[in-house]
Amino acid sequence: MSLLSNTTVLLGKELRTEFRSRELVTTTVVFILIVIVLFSFTFDPSAEESRRFGSGLLWLAFLFAASLMLQSCFLREQNNDTLSALRLSVADPFAIFLAKLAANTFFLLFTELLLLPIFAVMYNVPVLPVLHWLVLVFFLGSLGLSIAGTALSAISAQARMRELLLPLLLLPLLTPILVASTEVTAALFDRSPYVVWKGIGFLTVFDLVFLTALWLFGEYLLEE
Amino acid sequence: MTPRAFSPTGIRFENIEKRYGGRYALRSVSFEVAPGECLVLAGRNGSGKTTLLRIAAQLVRPSSGKVAFPRTAGSEGTTARSAGFVGHATMVYDELTAEENLLLFARLQETPAAARRVDALLREVGLIERRDSLVRTFSRGMRQRIAIARALLHEPSVLLLDEPATGLDPQGLDWLAEKLRSLGEAGCTIAMSLHGESEISSLATRAIRLDAGSVVADTQAGGSVHSILTFAEA
Amino acid sequence: MKKNALGAIAVVLLLGAAAYAAFFIAPTDAKQGLIYRILYLHVASAWTGLTAFFISFLANLLYVWRRQLRWDALGVSAAEVGLVFTTVVLVTGPIWAHPVWGIWWTWDARLTSTFVLWLLYVAYLLLRTLVEEPDRRALLSALFGIFAFLDVPLVFGSIRWWRTQHPQPVVMGEPGSGLDPTMLKVLLFSWLSMLGLMTLLLWQRYRLEAMRGEFEIVRRQAEAS
Repeated sequence: MSLLSNTTVLLGKELRTEFRSRELVTTTVVFILIVIVLFSFTFDPSAEESRRFGSGLLWLAFLFAASLMLQSCFLREQNNDTLSALRLSVADPFAIFLAKLAANTFFLLFTELLLLPIFAVMYNVPVLPVLHWLVLVFFLGSLGLSIAGTALSAISAQARMRELLLPLLLLPLLTPILVASTEVTAALFDRSPYVVWKGIGFLTVFDLVFLTALWLFGEYLLEE
Repeated sequence: MTPRAFSPTGIRFENIEKRYGGRYALRSVSFEVAPGECLVLAGRNGSGKTTLLRIAAQLVRPSSGKVAFPRTAGSEGTTARSAGFVGHATMVYDELTAEENLLLFARLQETPAAARRVDALLREVGLIERRDSLVRTFSRGMRQRIAIARALLHEPSVLLLDEPATGLDPQGLDWLAEKLRSLGEAGCTIAMSLHGESEISSLATRAIRLDAGSVVADTQAGGSVHSILTFAEA
Repeated sequence: MKKNALGAIAVVLLLGAAAYAAFFIAPTDAKQGLIYRILYLHVASAWTGLTAFFISFLANLLYVWRRQLRWDALGVSAAEVGLVFTTVVLVTGPIWAHPVWGIWWTWDARLTSTFVLWLLYVAYLLLRTLVEEPDRRALLSALFGIFAFLDVPLVFGSIRWWRTQHPQPVVMGEPGSGLDPTMLKVLLFSWLSMLGLMTLLLWQRYRLEAMRGEFEIVRRQAEAS
């Protein structure tokens, strides 16, 4: 199926580009680190409070980082008008979005997992017993961030003040992700499993809704 | 040069209109380019040349009207993917090498035997030595060449070029003229926009001038390529 | 002109009737006394705001499909009107909360969700100011408007779920507590009269936007030549 092969080829390009420059991942990692440290000055992370507030600030940090990282997503295709070249080459424009959101999810997830041990140490949170669940939540949450972020970055790339515009559009839209992911993560740190399934279901619904919306309306986002 | 057998294809613009808000970029543009012709589009900045070419490339949707690519056999061409497009910008990735760029687009277009085709094209445009260099390091002339290579990947029988002569040094112009000449001889239909006369424009078999989105002169209706290109330039 | 005046008078009468009903027909609440009557304004505004946003959503879909600027005019008009009613919700919330709970704001589920809703449509309007070309502005804001509206149930759902995990004082009574039948009737009548106001505002705003759109087209034509 050409959608799948186009997506794979484009995903390869996205990954290769990032692997060469490493600019997105390094800046995102440093940014989240800064946010985590700065947050620690705003309250005293005692053990119990860490579990309550920690997951919230972690996801807040991810959210801010994503809204910065995703800006370049379609901006970089304006260099040399490569977006037009892609539009001319692919059979289904949805492949462009699929590849980008897959790449963005990967970068976000990679960053989050890299920072998880640091966060666990700095805030004294028990991560290992629930690691597999955490990975699942990080994945579903990052997927949601990427789907919405990729779509909206296609919009903001065509407007003025695009650096400020993307967070402005994205952050309110991502409220459900923030809420659900924070709850599930906190529950995991707290070892209360009954919340986890509901939250995961919720994240999945968000991801499906926006993926479908992107599939239906994606080509209009790329129109000239 | 690699000989290429094109199935001769023309370009037909039928009542093309393009509005941006209240402004008409193109007003009721209709004409037909015969298969194998080399058309030069002349006009000032903002006359609609770029818009018309991008509509032909199916990058821009016209507000009304349509573009068709009739084959000499009488049947219509398939999609506008039959046209290759070279724009103002290079349309390749600076951070990838020449070969990586062409392979990327070849694979996206599902070109059969992609690696071989890319290899042949790199030779054809004279970039085989620089296949592993990042496009970022290329000069203007080399960028032109990789841009054309990308457009030729799927062996289009129609080639659209938007101001291809801009910024080229005499060597670059020589190369471009020779390339377009050989493509024309092989039967490729060419439509390009140019600002003024050069050895590129001497290849033209037809010229059309646009002004404020309308056709104001056509060699088919009278006048020479020279007069249409230099009209009101003074 | 006459139709407009008649419409305005009808709406004013409706609103007056609704206010009368809210103060004199609706029974007194056992616990909260007079202040609870702001419910009729608060909840009716919330429903009306959502109705307006739904109209905006439909207009956005129609624009993407048909590409006629009048759908864009309807979309932005409905979004603005929706924002007005949503602001009323956010203002009446604290007005109710303070006498009852002693605090101005509680992060209760509906109020918080309404706040996010408000932010979403403010973002929609801000996006529009940042795109100059009318067709592009219409398309981009229509697409964002579609995404925003699809998000609305997710926002309300997720925040309500979050609040069941961390209960807080609830503005306007728990979701579980039923409404007395008379109260419900008065509420529905309030909503009806609000819808009348919404329609009036929408119509005026739409006409203004359509005129402004035409003017912009003429201005751009003049600039181009």
